[in-house]
Amino acid sequence: MSVKIIAEDCVACGVCIDACPFPGAIEMHDVAVLTDKCNGCGACADSCPTDAILVEKKEDKNAVNIADYAGVWVFIEQRDGLIANVALELLCEGRKLADKLGTHLAGVLLGDGVSELSKHCFAYGADKVYLVEGAVFKDYRTDSYTEAICNLIRQHKPEILLFGATNNGRDFAARIAVRVDTGLTADCTELAIDPESKLLLQTRPAFGGNIMATILCPNRRPQMATVRPKVMKKVEPDYSRSGELIRYDSPVREEDVSTKILEVVEHATKTLNLAEAEIIVSGGRGIGAPENYYLIEQLAEVLGGAAGASRAAVDAGWVPHYRQVGQTGKTVAPKLYIACGISGAIQHLAGMQTSDVIVAINKDPEAPIFKVATYGIVGDLQKVLPLLTKKFKELKEAQ
Amino acid sequence: MEIIVCIKQVPDTTEVKIDPVKGTLIRDGVPSIVNPFDKNALEAALQIREQKGGKVTVLTMGPPQAVDALRECLAMGADEAVLLSDRAFAGADSWATSYTLAKAIEKIGKPELIFCGKQAIDGDTAQVGPGIAEHLGLPQATYVQKIREVQSEQLLVERAIEGGYEVLTVPLPAMIAVEKSINEPRFPTMMGTMKAHKKTIPTWSASDIGAEADKIGLDGSCTQVKRVFAPERKGQGEMLTGETENEVCLLLLEKLQGTKIV
Repeated sequence: MSVKIIAEDCVACGVCIDACPFPGAIEMHDVAVLTDKCNGCGACADSCPTDAILVEKKEDKNAVNIADYAGVWVFIEQRDGLIANVALELLCEGRKLADKLGTHLAGVLLGDGVSELSKHCFAYGADKVYLVEGAVFKDYRTDSYTEAICNLIRQHKPEILLFGATNNGRDFAARIAVRVDTGLTADCTELAIDPESKLLLQTRPAFGGNIMATILCPNRRPQMATVRPKVMKKVEPDYSRSGELIRYDSPVREEDVSTKILEVVEHATKTLNLAEAEIIVSGGRGIGAPENYYLIEQLAEVLGGAAGASRAAVDAGWVPHYRQVGQTGKTVAPKLYIACGISGAIQHLAGMQTSDVIVAINKDPEAPIFKVATYGIVGDLQKVLPLLTKKFKELKEAQ
Repeated sequence: MEIIVCIKQVPDTTEVKIDPVKGTLIRDGVPSIVNPFDKNALEAALQIREQKGGKVTVLTMGPPQAVDALRECLAMGADEAVLLSDRAFAGADSWATSYTLAKAIEKIGKPELIFCGKQAIDGDTAQVGPGIAEHLGLPQATYVQKIREVQSEQLLVERAIEGGYEVLTVPLPAMIAVEKSINEPRFPTMMGTMKAHKKTIPTWSASDIGAEADKIGLDGSCTQVKRVFAPERKGQGEMLTGETENEVCLLLLEKLQGTKIV
């Protein structure tokens, strides 16, 4: 592995510095120079207009025969017989990828007594469903789910395998990738097929959402990615569609599973959880005091959405951590995000800026949140929020 | 109890500014910090050591300057630190990184617990912890928001899931990746900082940990970065104004009804 800059071809344009994901890895003197911060990733090479950057990579000795692999698979995450929305979103996205590749789309469904759910998979575009049932699969657990999916991969060799970037999806996708010796890209926000190489182009935010990176897995299979919930759009299901249901009898037994779930506790909340909500109303330091958070909750409730918070409000102890939106909290992408009294620190923007419509309400007209907002209101939350709640309530009652 | 905490030195993404003209990152002068979640991991380890005795070793893979991050952890109270640094490690994806850390953990010994932060704030992958556990064949619990009890052969933990949490038992040895809400990391003490400066931190290379050349660094990585680019910024939005709050609220209502979301 090596990255080299050919000094005589470099025109010192600086494009490579913008393309580089690592701060300080390239310095501009008379020509571009790599420093010891260079991680050798080679991301700069494509950007160079004069081809002055050479990336040499050794041949991958563990490369697989790509032609042996076919099909796009989606892990169908379910809890208590309810399919996670992100799995349906991924079926819709997977359908597009499968059509571009001219291959089939399959759902991989694990659980206890969940065969009925396969009809939803077909309705959202699956041609096949691999079904693994048994008491040992009732709840998601790392060991049992990893083992069953790895067996399926070895047997049926999919070329692409997608997971929702949920806590469970991210928990075992990384283990599967290591076990079957392949690459995994985390938390993608865009997927596409390269028209020439037919490789999966996996695009994801990094560096707190400040840069985007497109990742490839050229020599190993399946190409695996976790995908952020709410980013891929669902289409209307077609319940006249059907497909092939393939039952797989997994050898995993209860004694093979190391962890035991004693209890599952749902947060008691009047509003929805952040990951599933189409509408999120969040409060920041600008709410002024913990007792004002009810203004946020009231608006969220009347909109049928979830109540969130910025790190500042959580750190101040006003709002519990599980409501935090942002880099050290939850990453969300609802249809509507209403930021109330949130200044818009980068760490918060990283968690919400892919929302479809963003409304910012803040008393400071210079607040950075207005830079990402679709609609901005400069005003006092104590006045604006109760008014908005009242007006939405009237609107709802009128309908 | 023997505990290893895996940490990462990261650029402080909260300090990153955007070039208003080019719309790209301004990278100069961004300070390096210990990944915030890793401090929670270290705090969890230190609390268990205080309860049960034992030793806490912090481990990182990175360039030579990552030794500063290890010293900060020593100042917080870790007993030992190990730096994995070798040009051959450069360019590693999460597969190669977790392999490298797993090899180092095998060399350190047989820990009963491995702690990681839930993810690093620069890469945000959350893949290295589970990757380490897989390479070592250990059970894991990720997104741990509370350690309820440390028993002799297992841990009783709360693991965050969407909309709630699970209470589960994990047999030891195990890999635990922690949420920010698990604790409030302590600050380094003056005494700790002085001790940390005197401490010798060994630097291990690929050959020191017996890593296979085709499993580390860029050559050991299954994924490749094809392109890095600045995200599309949404253009400056529309500011809604009016004579009274009532007017502004009505205007917003109208706009939102236009989007058909509400």
